[in-house]
Formats: sequence, structure tokens, C-alpha cells
Amino acid sequence: MRVGVFICHCGNNIAGTVDVARVAEETRKLPGVVYATDYVYTCSEPGQNEIKKAITEQGLNRVVVAACSPRMHEVTFRRTVEKAGLNRYFFEMANIREHCSWIGEDKEENTAKAIEAVRMAVAKVILDKPLHSSSFPVKKRVLVIGAGVAGMQAALDCADGGLETVIVEKSPSVGGMMARLDKTFPTIDCSICILGPKMVDVAQHELITLHAYSEIEDIKGYVGNYTVNIRKKATYVDWTKCTGCGECMEKCPGKNAYDYFNYGVAPTKAMNIPFPQAIPKKAKIDRQYCRQFTKGKCGVCAKVCPTKAIDYEMEDRIVTEEVGAIVVASGYGLLDIEKLPEYGAGRYPDVITGIQYERLLNASGPTQGHIQRPSDGVEPKTVVFVSCAGSRDKSIGVPYCSNFCCMYTAKQAILTKDHIPDSRSYVFYMDVRAPGKGYDEFTRRAQEEYGVRYIRGRVSRIYPKGKKMVVKGADTLLGAQVEVEADLVVLAIAAIAAPGAAALAEKLHISYDTNGFYVESHPKLRPVETNTAGVFLAGAAQGPKDIPASVGQGSAAAAKVLSLLSKDMIESEPVISTVNVSACVGCMKCVKTCPFQAIEETTVRGKKVASVIETVCAGCGVCTSTCPCGAIQLSHFTDNQLLAEVNTLCRM
Amino acid sequence: MDVIRPSAGTGEDFAGEIKRQTSQDVAFCYQCGNCTAGCPYSEFFDYPVNQVMHLIQMGLREAVLSSRAIWLCAACETCTTRCPCEIDVAHVMDSLRAAAFWEGRQTEKEIRTFYESFLSSLKSHGRIFEAGILMRYNLASGHPFTDADLGPQVMKKGLIRFLPRNIQGREEVEKIFRKFAERRAK
Amino acid sequence: MKEYTYYQGCSLEGTAAAYDSSIRLVMKSLGVALTEPPDWSCCGSTPAHAVDRLLAGALAARNLAIVERMGSRTLLTPCPSCLSAFKKAQHAMASDKTFKEEVNGLLDSPYDCTVTAKSALQVLYEDIGTGEIARPVTTALPGLRVAPYYGCILNRPPKIAAFDDPENPVSMDRILAAVGVDVADFAFKLECCGAAFGVPKKEMVLKLTAKVLSMALDAGANCIAVACPLCQQNLDLRQSQVNKALGQSFAIPVLYFSQIMALTYGYTPQEAGLTKNIVGPGALIAARRPVEQQPVEQARSASE
Repeated sequence: MRVGVFICHCGNNIAGTVDVARVAEETRKLPGVVYATDYVYTCSEPGQNEIKKAITEQGLNRVVVAACSPRMHEVTFRRTVEKAGLNRYFFEMANIREHCSWIGEDKEENTAKAIEAVRMAVAKVILDKPLHSSSFPVKKRVLVIGAGVAGMQAALDCADGGLETVIVEKSPSVGGMMARLDKTFPTIDCSICILGPKMVDVAQHELITLHAYSEIEDIKGYVGNYTVNIRKKATYVDWTKCTGCGECMEKCPGKNAYDYFNYGVAPTKAMNIPFPQAIPKKAKIDRQYCRQFTKGKCGVCAKVCPTKAIDYEMEDRIVTEEVGAIVVASGYGLLDIEKLPEYGAGRYPDVITGIQYERLLNASGPTQGHIQRPSDGVEPKTVVFVSCAGSRDKSIGVPYCSNFCCMYTAKQAILTKDHIPDSRSYVFYMDVRAPGKGYDEFTRRAQEEYGVRYIRGRVSRIYPKGKKMVVKGADTLLGAQVEVEADLVVLAIAAIAAPGAAALAEKLHISYDTNGFYVESHPKLRPVETNTAGVFLAGAAQGPKDIPASVGQGSAAAAKVLSLLSKDMIESEPVISTVNVSACVGCMKCVKTCPFQAIEETTVRGKKVASVIETVCAGCGVCTSTCPCGAIQLSHFTDNQLLAEVNTLCRM
Repeated sequence: MDVIRPSAGTGEDFAGEIKRQTSQDVAFCYQCGNCTAGCPYSEFFDYPVNQVMHLIQMGLREAVLSSRAIWLCAACETCTTRCPCEIDVAHVMDSLRAAAFWEGRQTEKEIRTFYESFLSSLKSHGRIFEAGILMRYNLASGHPFTDADLGPQVMKKGLIRFLPRNIQGREEVEKIFRKFAERRAK
Repeated sequence: MKEYTYYQGCSLEGTAAAYDSSIRLVMKSLGVALTEPPDWSCCGSTPAHAVDRLLAGALAARNLAIVERMGSRTLLTPCPSCLSAFKKAQHAMASDKTFKEEVNGLLDSPYDCTVTAKSALQVLYEDIGTGEIARPVTTALPGLRVAPYYGCILNRPPKIAAFDDPENPVSMDRILAAVGVDVADFAFKLECCGAAFGVPKKEMVLKLTAKVLSMALDAGANCIAVACPLCQQNLDLRQSQVNKALGQSFAIPVLYFSQIMALTYGYTPQEAGLTKNIVGPGALIAARRPVEQQPVEQARSASE
């Protein structure tokens, strides 16, 4: 056994509170250690060369580096030792930075702790076994969940890169939130006009298969080899026959259906096509509002349909797709206005959300682009915009900023002036967040060119008075209360995690944070990857963001997918569990506790035992702590190795 | 308002004082103005509530304790109910008013006099004697005819008693005041 | 037979006597017995907590200790100011051991934080329930359209009050609807009327009270129901002052919700204490009639 130990200074990060020279000195006394030194920046090129040189000159067969967290440089150093001829798993790291030098000021205590940490790492490295990756083939197909602008961008980039792409979209049309917008900031581009071509491309691309009005049922498998079951929900209309003519919708007597596309600002019919530019432009029945389904008598749509496409007997069906990678672009949701009781909690029809107002502004919307008060259809002359309706409010559980509301509020105020030249708009704000290109100038335009009055202060209460809504806010710059009698109030409602986000995350085995948004591998350096191999993120599912950021992430995720699937074979991670068949008693507790469903029951020589699916196992170790007889062991973290660390620590 | 010079500090940690008394940390206040927006008394205050909070943040103790706002606050709890940062603003206002009271400040003399009249009646009888409070107030405040216009109606409807009634535990109540005063003196 | 310990409070002995008498009548009709804590003292109300929390805590806790010694766990407290004093004292003493010791240090007999104070509204709504409340109803008040005014501190702050919704409470709305009264949707139901500033700062109170009165009219109401002696005083007793100072001509009767309930239970206006109201509810109450007549009237008007 010839162990070499390298204690890193990390400049002053470690050396500032740890006596690295003394750690090296103490380490030299350990059994098995033939070489121990300290070095300023071990991860640097010269640092790595020192390690390689030592391996050769000192004949080392095990290496320990005491430095930062393995999450930083373990991969780097494994490669280093491999280049010098050792198996890369004959390497251990002792964390004497995040776990030691950075959390204490006392040099004596920190040095003692560092010595202990290195001692433990040496005990572990001595018991390391050489591990080898195996390679397995991958399917060069990708699944994109969500067909908003981020998902569509990811899909188009993957397909253009030659990958077969499957898109699953839970609403009947592609387009997501962007399809609902009227104009986009800061250019006042017509949203559906710039999105439309992407929607058409997605529908027509020869390498893209679109499953609209479908949801993920379950996902099995592992990176490179996922099997996805997709539930195609029953539309009660045969989409191979439906031409999207809209006759059925016009004649449908079921009038008070909730309009998901318009966020309920106006009702729709039980039989509906979501919007004129929908792709696919096909009809569907919302059965809870349909007379045929709830009362057993109607059938008007079936009578008028020119292609006889209506099918009341239709059922959901499951379709299976096999893919090598998944991009999650499932978007975001909006806070329920009932969470804002001081603004009426949804009881006042003339207090609406930003997205509802957007639909009123839109020429394809329920009012053909005429801004009208929902209560009486009258054109408003005084419109009040309330920023941060729910956002930055830890008292209701939304402590973060929703990213794009300041911008769309300015946009909506500008458009209001366009639509109604003799109107006056007020914006109550706390801050104006406009960091993008041309963004700040845009918000200034609202005030300078369009006469929008910005008042700095939050709105405490909105209540009705006669036909108006009184908005009680503050002007903190003047130190006064401000009361505006508005005809219409638009709330910049908080962006929250999409409905069903948590359930989808569980199917994908990815994490989500306390706000429900999916967690990226690294907030700075890996924004579109997750900690689950083969699953990538794009768009607002990772956190509220505007269109350019979503599109950027869509392309970034596609690049990651193309790179992952560029090879025919990929290497598996050998730090996985294996079952010692003779010790296994077949209790199957590990099967039940494995969060990745990576263990299955099998029979070996007539005995019921557990077996690990190598490619799915993520090396988490839950099985090893579950197993009552130590039959299942995680390579590189065996019970013996962990006990060796404990023993050496306790003997000090 | 005078130039504010934070670096030439007096060494007083006003925000810390408030935190110790109320366990409310004004550092959480991001000056949204929701409190001012909802406060029914904003139009009467010299400093609206959010500015009172900011004055504490800036350590301007004298400005706060000599303000009218802290006296005119009714503790209606609207601010506390709506603060997005979950600060108990009404509690902070109570604490400021208490500090001003015990420093003998008279920024809102009538309100101070009213509270003193009420508490004095309470101490004397164990329960309050409404006519007595009004009498004490009218004499002490220099506004002898306060609410005289309501007299006839009040008398006709028999709404008010003319003689005080003492409870049996009157001395217990007086003792509360006495022990409290002793405690304060320490 | 339900029983509650009942803290009348100083105002219900004085200017708010009608609140006290009407609550007693209502409780009697509902089969609820009320027992007063012996020799209770003033809770301290606004002036005590405005001046020092420890003093306020002690004045409140003296009464809570009496209730505790009675073996009672709930204190029915109609006045929101007393209620707030009790709830705040209980909350502060239960969560801060040092404060509890300090308060008990001022008292002759200590308080051990076992009493929950509840408003009359809370007891009626939560403990008795709208079903039971509707049972003794014999009389309809067809002319009345009531704006239920809760006042600022009955439901706030939510952590202390722990009752109904702090932005849109519905207990009084539902109780009044349960006794057959027409209730207006009153958005201003929580806005402060001026509280205890009537004597020292009348101008403030008049301005705030005027807003409440005018918003009640805007809601289509011809009567305001209150649950607080101060609100009642400001809105009713000072209505003439409002008219004079602000050039208005309000003539809106302001009744305690319990007075309205008492009327629907068949008590006379005198019994319900309506003689103590300054702005007479006169005509509105004169139109009252037994409930049995209703269906006949409805059927007749439906066929017309």
C-alpha cells in the first residue's frame, strides 16, 4: 500500500485557518502513507502535474487530496490520477474547506479537524477497489415535455440537429403562455405573429411527433434508454377527421364552460377550439360542461359536424415512446387570486389579472381586442395596474420576484393608451425591474411618451364604490396615502410553479425547490441540467423568466441533448450498488425503498434475491442502509469503508 | 429635515432597542408602503407609518419619539395584518408611544391627557367611570366644553351614570398600578 | 344547558348597556346561561396598552385569573377592545415566560394562561352555529337592509384574533342572514371608525366615521349592525356631530347585531334596548311582523 496525500492551501481559503504544513506532517505518520505534501493550488495545472509526478516517482497506488468539496474537483482529480496510470477510483478527497476552514475561525481546532478528515480519507482509500465503467447504447430520440416557447425551441433545435423528437403537451394546442399574449416587450411585436411560425414548424417538422392534449403517465429507464408512457386524453373528437371548421363550437349549447386559454375572463363552450391560431386546430369537449355527458341528451355537435368526427365513446389511450433524453419545459402557473383577500379574492369582476387583461387586449380574444370592464362591458377610462400582486410577499408564501411583471405592466399600460387615447393609467410599484436590453428605456417610454403615472407604493386594499373600484395605495416618496377610483384594476399576479409540477418531478426523479420550481445542477454554471442524468430543464419550469431567456434555455437544453446523444454509446457510472447473492435473504426491502426503482426481484439458483439494474442505479446508498443483512453494498462506499472511517476517527 | 449623517452616529442603536422591546426587526421592512396605504389615519399623521419605520431604520430616535404619528395611531392592526414582511407594525408603534409617554412627551397633549384621565379613573374605582373621565379630561386639557353638545341626548337616553361605583377589589387594582410604578422606577 | 363566563366590561355597564341587555336576551332564547366573574375590573382597554404592555397585561390578567379560579376555560367578551386585551395578554404570557413572570409579579393571584377569550360573535357563530341561531326566530324585519360593520380589531391581527377572515369576515353576515335579515355586501366592514379618539381628537373620528356611514349607504343599506361599543358610539352618538361638522345629513340607525337578533326573536324594541339608540330606527322596525306571514305574502306576490 503506497498512499500519497496532497494537502491544498487553496490560496488563503484553507491555509488561512488551517496549518496545512502540520496536517501534512501528521499525515506522514499514518500507516500506508508514503508521501504527504502541501501545495498552494492543487487543482491548477502545475498542481495536477505535481500529483502525476509523485505517482510516478513515488510509486503511489492510492491518492488522497485534502482540499475543497468533491463536488468541485473530484472529477478533475480522478482524471489526473487516471492519466498517471491509476484506476480513477483509487482516489479520495477530504473536504477541509467547506467542512472545515470555511466554517471556523480557530486555527488549532480547524487544524485538528483537518488532520482527522485526512485520516478518515486515508482509511477509506486503502479499501478502495478498482472500478470500471461499462458502456451502453443510447436511443437517439428525445422527449420534450411542454410546447411553450422554450419547449418548442428545444424541440426544433433537436430535430434540426437530426434527432427524432417527441413533444408531449397537456393542453390541446401548442404555444403555452406566449400564445396568449397580445404584444411582447420591449419591441411590441405581435406575440402570436412571431410565435406562429415556430408552432407551424413544430407541427410540420418531419422529425417531430406532437402529442397534444396528452400527459406523461410514467417514465421508466435511465439515461439513454427511457421508456415513456403517454396518456392521450380523450377529446371526444376524432382528430384525424376534424378540420377545425368550428361549426360544432358555434352550435354547442353548453355555454358556461371555464375557458382555460382565456384564464376565465370570459366563458367558452363545452365544445371548444382554444383560439383561432391553435395548432393543432381541432375541437375537444370539456365533458363536465357538456350536456350530452352530464344529462344524456344533446348531440348537436355530432349532428352538425361535416366530417362526422364526434365520438362520445372515445377513451384515453396510452402511447409508449422510447427516448434517450428528456427536456422538461413544463412552464409556470399563476397565483390564485383567492390568495389576495384584500384585493377582493376574485369576488370583484373588475379586478382582473395581467393575463386576463392580455386576453382583453388581444384582437383574437373574447372581446375582439376592445378593452371592456367585465362587469358591464363599458370601456374603462381609468385603469390601475398593481405590481407585485402576491410576489415578494413571504406572508403568503411567495417570497421571490416573478421576473417579468414590471415589464408587462409597462407594456399593458402603453397598449391601454393606444387602445383608449383618452384613458389614464396608473401603476403602483415598489421597484421597477427592467434589466434586459432595451428594457429600462421601455419602462421610461411608458412614463415619458404614454403618460402613464407611476406611483411608488404598494396597494393595501381594493374595494367597490358605486360602479368604480377604489384602489388604496401609498406614495412613499411623498409620504401620503393615495386613493384612485378606477374603472378597471389589473393585478400583476405572481408567477408560481405550474399545476402538477410536483407530480411530474416525481415521475422524472428530479428535485424541486420550496417554491415548486425545478432545481438545476448548479445555479450559475449548469442552469439547464438536473442532477438526474439525461433530464434537462428549459424555460419557466426552472424559475419565472421572460421569452428571450426561455428561448435561450430551450436552445441550451437542446445543445446538451445533442451532445449527450452524439455518441452511440455512453459510459455508465460505476459507483453503484451490487447484491451479494449468498447474503441476500430476499426480503425485498431495498426494492421498496429505492427512490429510482433501480432494484428488482429475481431468482438465482432457485433463490429469490434482489438485483440492481446497473444503468438506473444512481448510487444514492439508501438500499445499503435499508438492507438488514448488509447483502447490498454501494461500491466505493461499502460498509467496511465507512466503518474504517468511523474506527479511525474514534480511536483518536 | 436636517441633513442625515449616518457615519457621524450618536452610538445609539435605536433599531436594536426596538427589537429588544418588541422582537420585531425593522431590517425586514423593505419600505413597500402597504402599511401607509391601508392605515386609516395616514392623512392625519405627520410621518406616515412607513416613514416611521424608515426613521427607525435610519436611527433617528428623536424625530420618531417627538412625532405626532405615534400618538395618533389607533392600533387598529391593519398594518400588522397586511405587512408582506410579517412585521408586527402596530406593536412597534405601541412600543414607540410607550417610550414617548414615559419620557414625558406631550406632542399630542389631548390624547395623553385622555389616556391619563382614563387610567386615573380606573385606578380610583377599579372600573372606569365615564362621566368622571370626561370631567377630568375637560379640566386637564383646557377644553372644558368637550362633547357638551351631546349632553342633552346622553342624559335623555339615560346612557351615562352620574356616580362612580367602586369594586371590592379596588385596592388590588391600585396595587397593580403601584407595583408597576415601583418596577419602572428601578 | 350551555354556560359561559361573561365579561361585561365597563362600556356595557355604561353607554353600551343596550349591547349588554340584548346579548343577555339572545343568550336566554338560545338556552345559554351567563355567569359573571365576581368583582371583575376594567381590562385597561386602549389607554393601558397604548401606554405600556406590561400594565395592560396585568390589568387584563387579573380578570383572566378570576375566570381561571372559577374553573372556566372560555370567557365570552362582547367588547372587541376587552377581547383584544385578553387575547393579547394570554398570547404574550403563554409564549414568553419572562413576560408571564413579570405580569404575575404585579398581581395578587397569578394567572396560568388557560383561558380563551371569545367574542359574542365567535361564540354564536362557532359554538352555537347558524342552525341553532335560526331556531328561536319568530319575527321578520322586512324593511331592514343591514350593512354588517365589524370594526377594526375584532378579527385582527389574525394570529391573535384567530377568528373568521381578517379581510372579509362573514360571521355577522351569516348570523344576521340566519335570523332572516337582508344583509348588504359591505366592503367597508373593517375600516376603522376612529376608535377611542372621540374625546381627544373628535375631528379625526368624524372624518373616519363619515366614510363608514357613506359607504354603508353606497352598499344599499339603511341600517348598520355593529359588534363594538366604540363603533356604536362613534357611528350613532356622534352622527349628529358628523352632520354638523361635515355638512351631511346622515340618518342611519346603528344597532348592535344582538339588538337585531333580539327583535327577530320576538322581543319588543324597548326590551331590545332601542330606546338607547340616538338615531331612531323607527320606521324600519315598525314594519316588523311575525314570520308565519311571510310564505303567504311571498305566494301572493309571486302570483301577481
